[in-house]
Amino acid sequence: MVSGLINANPVVYEKKERRLRNLATLPDEYAVEPIDQQEIFDILFLLFFLLLISFHYASYCYLIFLTFLNHIRDIKDPEHPYSLEELKVITEDAIEVDHERSYVRVTFTPTVEHCSMATVIGLCLRVKLMRSLPSRYKMDIRVAPGTHATEAAVNKQLNDKERVAAALENPNLLDMVDEWPNLKH
Amino acid sequence: MDLLDGNLELKEVQKLQGHTDRVWSLAWNPATTATDVPAVFASCSGDKTVRIWEQSPSTRSWDCKAVLEETHTRTVRSCAWSPSGKLLATASFDATTAIWENVGGDFECVSTLEGHENEVKSLCWNASGSLLATCGRDKTVWIWEVMPGNEFECLQVLQGHTQDVKMVQWHPTMDILFSCSYDNTVKVWWSEDADGDWSCVQTLGESSNGHSSTVWSLSFNAKGDKLVTCSDDLTLKIWEADIIRMQSGDGYAPWNHLCTLSGYHDRTVFSVHWSRDGIIASGAADDAIRLFVESKDGLMNGPSYQLLFKKEKAHDMDINSVQWCPGEKHLLASASDDGTIKLWELATLP
Repeated sequence: MVSGLINANPVVYEKKERRLRNLATLPDEYAVEPIDQQEIFDILFLLFFLLLISFHYASYCYLIFLTFLNHIRDIKDPEHPYSLEELKVITEDAIEVDHERSYVRVTFTPTVEHCSMATVIGLCLRVKLMRSLPSRYKMDIRVAPGTHATEAAVNKQLNDKERVAAALENPNLLDMVDEWPNLKH
Repeated sequence: MDLLDGNLELKEVQKLQGHTDRVWSLAWNPATTATDVPAVFASCSGDKTVRIWEQSPSTRSWDCKAVLEETHTRTVRSCAWSPSGKLLATASFDATTAIWENVGGDFECVSTLEGHENEVKSLCWNASGSLLATCGRDKTVWIWEVMPGNEFECLQVLQGHTQDVKMVQWHPTMDILFSCSYDNTVKVWWSEDADGDWSCVQTLGESSNGHSSTVWSLSFNAKGDKLVTCSDDLTLKIWEADIIRMQSGDGYAPWNHLCTLSGYHDRTVFSVHWSRDGIIASGAADDAIRLFVESKDGLMNGPSYQLLFKKEKAHDMDINSVQWCPGEKHLLASASDDGTIKLWELATLP
């Protein structure tokens, strides 16, 4: 499908220190747990990884095993010997969550300016978030300013709910989205 | 009542459940204006169905009278009654437009209009009911002539928009067609002589004080000399034209920007509707319904509009459509992503 690297010389960033979660505590079904940046980051990060696999390396199924490990940040972009976080496709800082207003904004950074997949990536992000978050949540999904050649057009399309609704009635597209594991816990 | 003086409340009359997906649009049957006819409206949804709702004359409560299903295979995006109230047209993402006739209480699909390449998004009958306009994602607007025996013939395909066309609306008295689009503009289509071709005579775009993002909907005031548009740019805009000049056959009179209502909406405004007595209702992605009226001050600099009332959390999710009942004064219906329809009464608090 793809011969050669789309982006041969990606910019590499430092990884962010991550706070530890208390994994010993059993989840309480009835506790009100605010949805935080890190949680959304985890959902999206897993997504990005799976997305890259499904586009470029469909046969590399064994990699999926890795996603069940807790160290998803360290998983390599199939194109590069760097992890997705090091490539800054998506970072925790790019996720803005306002629990009070039930609002989420995700800013993602395509690794190349002419990334033709930006719309599809954004659409998949939206669908996964729609399915993972309570329905009252409002969300805006956009590419980071200055990172894509047709930034305004991509953003407009991703946030037009009529277009999104129509796209999701396309069986091929929906299959693609559905093929990813259900990330709702 | 003097709306500006009273303490107003938008009172929830009833919440209608039945659709199993987001409700995109609703339309009041115009025959509702007659006093001896029960009020009726249609709603359409992402669940691929259309529902007909009727008010019981005795209990005043609303019930679903019919479910129109198994015709459209994808989302039904909008619906519109013919002026006589006898036919209902529905536009679907399945690229077709269906025409339904009420035969003794049962709705039968009597015609299917094919031609659009993909999603049909909106439709509208002209004032006399002789023409039907449809529009869609293929950037075109189609004008269909209503022929005897439920036949529809395409008169013209209007091209001009550079992106998908979100909504079409005929002028309430003249055969002038308005279309609003994802390309941020509203286009006005007019035919100089009765049998001639429609052509785009005006584009209300950013350079003429127009919108800076998708225009989702538009609505006329009762006289037909003003129109309001709503947009993803979070504003409403009011436009005005000298329709007396047009009605006297003096040629086309252009629409001019009158004012912009900005700073009121927080998210995309999907729907706007002007009541017969001058109240503009808006439905938006911030789950709120807002009402605006022409302000009495500020006549020095031309008319201005002010927020009359804001109903926060009118629905649990985005509001896709708000429509005033044509008969009963101050009865408003709203449709939402939360799958419900609500009926509201504008009342003055004691």
